[in-house]
Formats: sequence, C-alpha cells, structure tokens
Amino acid sequence: MTENVTGAQSLVRSLESVGCEVMFGIPGGAILPAYDPIFDSTKLRHILVRHEQGAGHAAEGYAQATGKVGVCMATSGPGATNLVTPIADAYMDSVPMVAITGQVPSAAIGTDAFQEADICGITMPITKHNFLVQAAEDIPRTVAEAFHIASTGRPGPVLVDLPKDILQAATTFAWPPVLDLPGYHPTTRPHAKQIREAARLIAEAKRPVLYVGGGVLKARAAAELRVLAELTGIPVVTTLMARGAFPDSHSQHLGMPGMHGSVAAVTAFQKTDLLICLGARFDDRVTGKLSTFAPGAKVIHADIDPAEISKNKVADVPIVGDCRETIADLIVAVQEVYAAGTRADLTGWWRQVDSWRETYPRGYDEPEDGSLAPQYVIERIGKIAGPEALYVSGVGQHQMWAAQFIDYENPYTWLNSGGAGTMGYAVPAAMGAKVGRPEATVWAIDGDGCFQMTNQELVTCAIEGIPIKVAIINNGNLGMVRQWQTLFYESRYSNTVLQSKRIPDFVKLADAMGCMGLRCETKEDVDATIEKAMAIDDMPVVIDFVVGEDAMVWPMVPAGTSNDEILAARDTRPVFGEDQV
Amino acid sequence: MSTRHTLSVLVEDKPGVLARVASLFSRRGFNIESLAVGPTEHPTTSRMTIVVTVDDLPLEQVTKQLNKLVNVLKIVELDPAASVQRELLLVKVRADLTTRSHVLETVQLFRAKVVDVASDAVTVEATGTRDKLAALVRVLEPFGIREMVQSGMVAVCRGSRSMTGSENRLRSAS
Repeated sequence: MTENVTGAQSLVRSLESVGCEVMFGIPGGAILPAYDPIFDSTKLRHILVRHEQGAGHAAEGYAQATGKVGVCMATSGPGATNLVTPIADAYMDSVPMVAITGQVPSAAIGTDAFQEADICGITMPITKHNFLVQAAEDIPRTVAEAFHIASTGRPGPVLVDLPKDILQAATTFAWPPVLDLPGYHPTTRPHAKQIREAARLIAEAKRPVLYVGGGVLKARAAAELRVLAELTGIPVVTTLMARGAFPDSHSQHLGMPGMHGSVAAVTAFQKTDLLICLGARFDDRVTGKLSTFAPGAKVIHADIDPAEISKNKVADVPIVGDCRETIADLIVAVQEVYAAGTRADLTGWWRQVDSWRETYPRGYDEPEDGSLAPQYVIERIGKIAGPEALYVSGVGQHQMWAAQFIDYENPYTWLNSGGAGTMGYAVPAAMGAKVGRPEATVWAIDGDGCFQMTNQELVTCAIEGIPIKVAIINNGNLGMVRQWQTLFYESRYSNTVLQSKRIPDFVKLADAMGCMGLRCETKEDVDATIEKAMAIDDMPVVIDFVVGEDAMVWPMVPAGTSNDEILAARDTRPVFGEDQV
Repeated sequence: MSTRHTLSVLVEDKPGVLARVASLFSRRGFNIESLAVGPTEHPTTSRMTIVVTVDDLPLEQVTKQLNKLVNVLKIVELDPAASVQRELLLVKVRADLTTRSHVLETVQLFRAKVVDVASDAVTVEATGTRDKLAALVRVLEPFGIREMVQSGMVAVCRGSRSMTGSENRLRSAS
C-alpha cells in the first residue's frame, strides 16, 4: 500500500519498518523535519543525548551488545562532524551502525551554507558506504540498503545524509522497497576445497593454535568455535575483540595475544606450526614486528572480507566466508580426516604450552607505596558482577586490565574500542549496551582521562532511566601514556598528569549529573563499594576508585619489536626452553 | 619488481563514484598513473581505466579493496598483449613557413593529424600507445612545443569477449 507522506515521515516509517527500535541523537536545523514525526512514533524510541559523539558510541554499544544495527542521528555540519569519531571507531571494529544526518537544502549544497559540511566526503574513508539522498522517493530504499549493507558481510557503519528540502518534500511511502545494489555481494559460503585443505593441515599440525578474532562474534559462532576447539583439542587464543567468544575458564584457553597478551598466548603464536586464524586480521598490536611474527607457521586465514586475507601475513589456505559457516564446515571436514586415520598427537605441544602458562600466570604486584592496585579493583568487579554482566571499557591501561583480569565466559559481554582506540568510548557505549540489554548489569570500566571526555552522557542515563555502573580507575594520569613515558622517555611525564584525584571531584560530579557517586580508596573497601553499587538499580552509579599511579600493564611487547621480545614484567624476559616438539 | 598494470573497472554511474575510487587509491598508498572514465554500452554503468605501477601482492590488495566499494561492479586486469590500449594526445607545435612542411611530414609518419592551424603553430591530434605518443613528442620537440595535453589510457581486451562476460572476472582471495 502506498501512502502520501513527507520525506521526514517516510524516513521514520522506513526506520520503523526496517526494525529500528532505538536511536540516539540530537536535533538541529537541517534534521529538524525528521524530529516532528519521531515525536509521534510509538515504535521508535529516540534517546536525546548530550553530545553527538555520545550518540555514535551509544549506537555502537547497542549494536555490540545485541547484534542489531545501532542507529544515531545528528544535524548537518558540526552535528554530523561530531559523529566522525564513532563512525571511524565502528569502521575499525566492524560494528553495524547506521548514522543519519541532516544536510542543508539541496540548492544550498556547495555554497558554504550555515552548518554545511560535506559529511559524505568526510566519512568516505571511514564508512562501509554512504548515501546523499537526492529525491524523497528514494528514502525507503536508501534506508533499507543502509541497514542491509551495515549488517551483512563484514559489518560496518553506513551514513545516510538527508538534505532538508528532501525531508520536507511530499512523497509516497511503500514497504518493502526493492534493493538496488548490483555491486554488493558478500561471500558467506566458504569454498569446499579450501575447507578440505584446512582440515588436512589441522589434523596434521603438531603445534597448532586457534587465533580467534572479533569475526567469530560478529558471525555469532561462539558455539561452533567451542565444538571445533574441543573436537581438535587445539589451544585457543582470543584477541581483544574476541574476548568472550571462548570461555576464559576453559582449559584450552590461553588468553589474549598481542602487545599486552599472556605470555602463553604470545609465545604459542611464535612457536606454532599452524595458525588457524578465524575472523581476525593480523593487527600490528597482535603481530608485533610483522616479519618475525609466527615465523614457523603455516597460515589458515578465514575471513568474510577477502581484502583481509594476505593483507599483512600471507595465507597458505585462504577461506573467504562467514565464520559460522566456515567453522561448521571445518568441524565436519576435520572429523572426516580423523576418521581416515590422520591425527597428530598434541601431547608434547600441550606440555610446552602448559609450562608457559604455569611459569607466567596472570598476575600483578601490589603497589609498593601501599596504594590501591587498579588490577585488584577490576578483578573484584569481575568476580562480584559475574560472567553474566556486560563490561565496557575505555582505552588505555584500564582497558588492558579489564581484558586481562575479568573472566569472560559469555559472548557479547566485553565491549571496547579495539581498532580505533577511542578514549571516551566507555560511558556512552555502556549506555547503549544497557538500552539494548536492559536486564543485564552493565559496568563501564573507565579511566579518569577517558571519563572526562564523554561523561556528559551520564546526564542522559539519569534522565532516560539507564542505570549503568561506572568504575573510574582514577590514577590521576593518562596512565598508558605515562607507562610509555616511564619505559621509553626516562620517566619524563610530559602532559600526562591530569591531577584528577583533586579536580574534578568525581563524586560531586556524579551527584550533579543525577547519579549516585561513591568513592573507594582502600583495598578493604573495594568489595563493599562494588556491592553497594550492585544494589542500586534505579539510577546510574559512579565509583571513583582512587588507585596508585605507578601500576603498569604487563606482559608487554614494546611497540615495533618482535613478539619474541615479550616482557613478562619490567626487565623480565621469559626463559623458554629451546627444545621444540 | 613493480610493474605497470591496467585495470578496467565497471562502476555504477552515480555521483561521487570517481571520488570513492580515487580516494581509495590515495589512502591505501597507491599512485594512479592515469585514470580515464566514461560511459559504456549500458546507460547506468561507467567504465574506468586505471593504470597503476605496483607489485603483484599490493595489486591484489588494491583490487580487493576496490571490489569492496559498493558502487564497483567488476574489475578486470587487462594484459597489454591481449588488449588494445590507447591514449589521446593534443600537442600545439611551433610551425612557421620554414618548418611547417617538416612538422606535417612528421605528423604523417605517425599517422597523426592536424586539427588546427595558425600562422605560427599547428595543433596535432594523435592516438596510440604511451610509447608511440612519447616518440611523437620526442620528434616534435625540436620544433618547439607550445602546449600539450594528454588523456588517460583507455583499453579494451582483444577478441569478441566483452567485459560483461563472467569468465574473466578477477577472482578474490580463494
């Protein structure tokens, strides 16, 4: 049935029809026509944020927590450019997101009109695709295409730019529209020949490792991964983007690889003879110096994005396809190879891996100055809130500790800004996650530096009834930068001292924003404070955990060096037996 | 060893497509030597001919990245031996009464033609491969080149096959 509507009504009807239930945004001049029908919509909840960056990260958090497309909306010019950081973040972490922006009227485009910015041009390198809508009748199709592109294949952000006159124009609305994307055909079915070849290598390898990336979560393949891992008995390593894809409590799990990965995971990569990469992309933070990464390994690389395969490390067996289908096919193919009698003995390999795990377990030193250890705080939050809670972090030391010291048992319980490394991600993303998963406890683990970038969204949380919990790991410094200054710049702390133990007063700030503010300065009070926060469910809670400033993230592979140079702690190189299986 | 590659890229004829393709090359660190774009036998499709000098592995990467652009329909690498490759040159050469006959002789030798004449100059139009046009310019240079302009390369594969046929599609990774 075709209805007579305005462009703005067509937009809102399209969003409702495509399944969008929540959007985060702020109105302004050019997008104003769209906000009038939003006012009437009963299907679409619009959450009025305090800064467009918050809208973008909230959409990301919503998407990461639910698997649905996150939607944010802003007006033209500065409204749109404030979305640039979250769009870039979503692009780097393959988050399905649709950003809707107002644009100056068609006739004014290119004239440097008030609040004009070429947002399609600006976001071209950081979106999977973007659209400048040129006729009101194109709105339903464009919205449908945007959601389709954002959520299929390798997910990513899509921007739809809508000139004001198009929103005001008279048009018709009909659903569903016919998609017109002749150049968009993501490959999801893996090639059977490649699967057979991969299965053969898996069965024959003496020192294999499963290198699991965020693609496994995007493909919702955690259950299949577990079957494959247990079938083969191969050690599992989950990247920063894949924490939760495989239970941390599982005996085959070695932890996280990379710059701050576990010694066992990093070393297993260096010593492996077969790297089975599933939905990961050989990021420089994982590989360290690329030329010395996994020197003895054959590489099976499965990814839905063909451009990732052999981009950084050449794959011996490339597999283009959806990770769930790929893993499911691998399970069958490996069983066939086993049935035919080929299966390498991994006992010796496990003996080596276990020795690394036992010698270099996860841990940290208590601060010598008697201050509160940040790792302890994060560990206790994880223990008390448990594996059903969602943990959302900012970027820096606290992010690495949250990845290391919280045990993730379930997929979609760990959200962070991995690729872009966007400080300020935590509070708005936690807000979005809580909107998507209202029944879950959502903790933002944030740093005092990150928190001061986007904490205004706590006002949104308080007003909109989004009771997230925020743990500020307040060491008064830009901790990760300070760590590098300690290690590589002779402890010259240039511009990393925030003094946030003094100003602002986070408890008062929380109070001013309509949240419960708590402070904790001693180890003895940590559990009680966390439990107090857990007991409050009718308002957002902010805890100012005042911690020592000298704690460092270990292990560490210094940037640009080989993973072989991993330091288990400061000045401590692990000793590995030279014997190999 | 870097070699020169000619890519024929079929794209949707939509605003901004040229910018998407060009910016992809620059942000991924690839230099475009020449780029020509124009209509095709299909009204909704344009065709770009892009010449790049890269190694094989980066070429694979650039092709895959191009394939990810939603408006890109198809990419084919054209082998110089199995395709016709042409560029267009317009060159304004100083030619007064004493030199004009020499200039015209050269133009004839290269099967180029004169498209404009003034009292002290002629404008020569030539099409051909990059090498042929370079040779023509070398020979005309002593007369004095006042101005020249050259198009990007356009190319089409030899034989009866069309790029819209499916068999010569550049394969992705597997």
